[in-house]
Amino acid sequence: MPVSPQLALRVAVLGGAALLMFGIIFFRLWYLQVLTGEQYVQEAAANSVRDLPIAAPRGQIFDREGQPIAASTVTNAVQIVPSALPPAGRPRLALYRRLGALLGMSAAHIEALVVKGRTALPYAPVTIKTDAGRGVLTVLAERQNEFPGVVQKPVSIRSYPYGEMAAQVLGYVGQVSELELKKSAFRGVQQGTVVGQEGLEYYYDRYLRGHDGVSRVQVDSAGYPEPTRLQPTPPKAGYSLKVTLDLGLQREGEKALLEGIENARASGKPAEGGAFTAIDPRNGQILAIGSSPSFNPNKFAKPLTTSEYEALKGEVHGRQEIPARLTNRAVSGAYPTGSTFKPFTAMGALEAGVINPSEGLGAGQCIHVSTEPFCNAGKADYGPVGLVEALKVSSDTYFFEVGELANSHHEVIQNMARELGIGHTTGIDLPSEIEGTIPDPAWRAKQNHLQEACEHEKHHGTCDIVAEVRPWSVGDNMDLAVGQGDLLTSPLQMAVAYSTLANAYMHGGYGTVVTPHLGMEIDESNGGLVQSLSFRPARHVHLNYSDLSLVMQGIHEAASQPGGTSADVWRGWDQEQHPVYGKTGTAEHTGKEDQSWYMAYVGDPNRPIVIAVTVEQGGFGAETAAPIARLMASQYFGKPEQFVAGTSKTF
Amino acid sequence: MSPTSGTTPIGPSVIQAPERTPESSARTRPALPLDPLLTLAVIGLGIASVMTLGTATREAIPGNPHYYVTRQVVYLAIGLILMVVLGRVDYARLRQLKYGIYALLILGILAVLGAGNETKGSTRAISLPFFSFQASELGKVLLTVALAGLIVDRARRLRERDTTARVMLAALVPAMLVIAQPDLGSGMVYMVIAFVMLLVAGTPWQQLSGLVALVCVSVAVVLVAAPALGVHVLKPYQTQRLTAFLHPSSNFVEIKEKESKTGEPDPRYQLAQSKIAIGSGQKTGRGAADSTQLTGNYLPEDDTDFVFAAVGEQYGFVGAGLVLCLYALLIWRALRVLVMAKDLFGSLVAGGVAAMLMFQVFVNVGMTIGIMPITGITLPLMSYGGSSVITTLLAVGLLQSIYVQARASAALKGRVPIY
Repeated sequence: MPVSPQLALRVAVLGGAALLMFGIIFFRLWYLQVLTGEQYVQEAAANSVRDLPIAAPRGQIFDREGQPIAASTVTNAVQIVPSALPPAGRPRLALYRRLGALLGMSAAHIEALVVKGRTALPYAPVTIKTDAGRGVLTVLAERQNEFPGVVQKPVSIRSYPYGEMAAQVLGYVGQVSELELKKSAFRGVQQGTVVGQEGLEYYYDRYLRGHDGVSRVQVDSAGYPEPTRLQPTPPKAGYSLKVTLDLGLQREGEKALLEGIENARASGKPAEGGAFTAIDPRNGQILAIGSSPSFNPNKFAKPLTTSEYEALKGEVHGRQEIPARLTNRAVSGAYPTGSTFKPFTAMGALEAGVINPSEGLGAGQCIHVSTEPFCNAGKADYGPVGLVEALKVSSDTYFFEVGELANSHHEVIQNMARELGIGHTTGIDLPSEIEGTIPDPAWRAKQNHLQEACEHEKHHGTCDIVAEVRPWSVGDNMDLAVGQGDLLTSPLQMAVAYSTLANAYMHGGYGTVVTPHLGMEIDESNGGLVQSLSFRPARHVHLNYSDLSLVMQGIHEAASQPGGTSADVWRGWDQEQHPVYGKTGTAEHTGKEDQSWYMAYVGDPNRPIVIAVTVEQGGFGAETAAPIARLMASQYFGKPEQFVAGTSKTF
Repeated sequence: MSPTSGTTPIGPSVIQAPERTPESSARTRPALPLDPLLTLAVIGLGIASVMTLGTATREAIPGNPHYYVTRQVVYLAIGLILMVVLGRVDYARLRQLKYGIYALLILGILAVLGAGNETKGSTRAISLPFFSFQASELGKVLLTVALAGLIVDRARRLRERDTTARVMLAALVPAMLVIAQPDLGSGMVYMVIAFVMLLVAGTPWQQLSGLVALVCVSVAVVLVAAPALGVHVLKPYQTQRLTAFLHPSSNFVEIKEKESKTGEPDPRYQLAQSKIAIGSGQKTGRGAADSTQLTGNYLPEDDTDFVFAAVGEQYGFVGAGLVLCLYALLIWRALRVLVMAKDLFGSLVAGGVAAMLMFQVFVNVGMTIGIMPITGITLPLMSYGGSSVITTLLAVGLLQSIYVQARASAALKGRVPIY
């Protein structure tokens, strides 16, 4: 059949259409596969590659001698691989029952965990139990065929070998929360990562945490794993942290604190909690720091129930108020200090020339301002005394008079206390440090204003910012002079302020306000040094040496001379070798037993130490807090340890 | 065309004569060979299909990775045997059977509608032992032959509108029946076959343009005007599939949310996964083991309608290009056979087959790369499925027959055999 021109044309049209379509398809393929292919490779990977974190072992925490106080132990977690389970229904339930009997869990609980884990990450094994115990793990390993889909995977678990010791300082770890993920401290942290939640664990988290590795899993469209050749990225272990804590002193401090609390309770005081801090006054290294009641951070290795957590936090549980165990009272406790504040009052008044140290003041049982009496504890009458004697016997009437005199001298007491380290944060390497309060006229005015604004807003109900709206009075200054009234500070701030006095005394009045700290150095997990931590002093101070000497003499006599408030506590102590500068304190709280305080500086040329001790509702400073300080000093200087309760009933 | 159409009725006798006459030189000669290029294209595509399906269906049936490949090989073998057999038969005999063939076409589709089993929401096949028969696939070949016969009968009245209307109506009846299955894709193929056959037959351009305009208006009515008035000619999922390529999305989260809300699969998912599969193949492909779109089963129907995406991911631009070249060869040969056919009937059949191949290849490949609507149209010879493979090879068998007869006719006339 000869081809007609018409047919040729029409076939050409068909052929042309085909050519055009082939051209379009080729161009499109070129675009998809060659020009933008890389993008589709990534989209395909996003489809099918799932990253599973491999937890990095958390860095250990060592004391100053290198003994581990927070360790990472590797144990086997029992996990279930959902895709390898027997078919749903009776066989799977039977497996859950067998496994539950072995692990001490109910079958329903296991099933719930699997369902929950599977919805969260369909391709990942579900962790059933992390602390199954070696016996159970052995049984599981030996009878693998009885437990299809049940596997063991090594996981790193935080453990604290000394249990409750220094618990609030060490803190604890837990999975990062939604709220924490938004904080800058946890930038780049993946959901589900275990991070430090409190204490050193929190503060040094970015060093301790390490970098999680990634195992890459290929999954199909239903989320089930597929064989893969993707290489995992191994985890990088966290750095270890060496801290300044002296393990022996720390343990002794905690033991002594408990002993003191028990002693106070035996004599009818509630003694609900207490704290101690021991620091090297030369550099601010914290040798021991503790708070009671404590908790066992090992409990946080597995999830706590809400009520367990609330009980630890000290939230009102039922009707009974439980003392907060998680609170580090040494750092976050805000208290009036009682007479332990007097050295600051004395320094302030001396430096400003408000008093003459040899002038006798404070005669009589009470000082009267207007009609209000300000009295000595137990209505004692020390007669007119000079400064040294006033510190030795802790005469309140003397310091009430100093406070009265100083009120017209530009807040000399407040300024001295601030200069020494009270009333502002110390810069310690722990979270949740309090700022504290040193009351002065400006502070009073501000509180009044806040109270009024609050009352205006609420119309009724309590604001409790100040008890009553009233101007600053001379009585406020007198209360402050003896460490009462609206003063609020922490044992740590007191330790820093006494350290300032101590190191200024060592150096002829030139002292430093140290930055108290725990961190010493950051090391590789294999021991190599990464970084030595240094904490520069907050500032330098210059105190008049003769004034300082008088104050130090006063508190030395208080701890060593007959009639001194804590002299009987230090009975038998070699004051020549290790002179003790100690001040008792008894802070009054309305409606509660007195708070027992003791501040001590032991002047060893090579190993000086400042110890701060307080026991809430523990009674007089000499009877509860001071003996605890002596026990700690005894341990530190290798002396026989004995609990000697003092008898001085002074504030 | 009109000068030659007069000779058409004697066409068959020209060929039958040498076979029946002992004196004929053609009888003593060995039978003329099939078109080697056509055979090459078909075998090449068959091999490409088997290579591609191996990975795409490896995990479709657990424990039996070769289930689909084995079956596809069997279908291809049966189809190739049928092609060779059909190539040896004189296609012109089919012209007399056109009414029977047309009746078979309609009855087959009706049988499927009446007795077929439903898969994926549509009734397209009758289950036979070992085989599930899709009448609409075979219908493409049956319709081609029947329409060719119809047109040749009216060869002298090709310019009349009546002829055009009759031919289009003859195609529209089975098309509407398969669309009711619902198999929109096959229905469209039927209409395209009829249109191209008219084009080849010599229907005036005005009438052809009118048909195109009519199609445009119908599409507009079906997709835009009727739904606006509340009349849904197509099921909502069909409309979505047809229009998905106009507003693609690779936001799988949003797509999955919508799917869980409506309870129906969103075609944009398949489209996006198809593009990811093809694009990720890049220049030379990811190989069988690393083709995660296929092994991970991210692309639904990667063995049937979306098999081209499987080619693209595994073998890349090179592999996809090679497959397209094989189709180009196939279509070129179909057009060549159309031109060299010894009679109008042969030309029309070849035109119908060419139309079927072109339309299916372009629509199917275009669909996988996001430039054509999603319709249930298979990729000839590549897609898994006996009905599609065997139908295509029957169609190619017709081309072979036309080729052989054309060469035999030419040889008889003393002309040099042509390719």
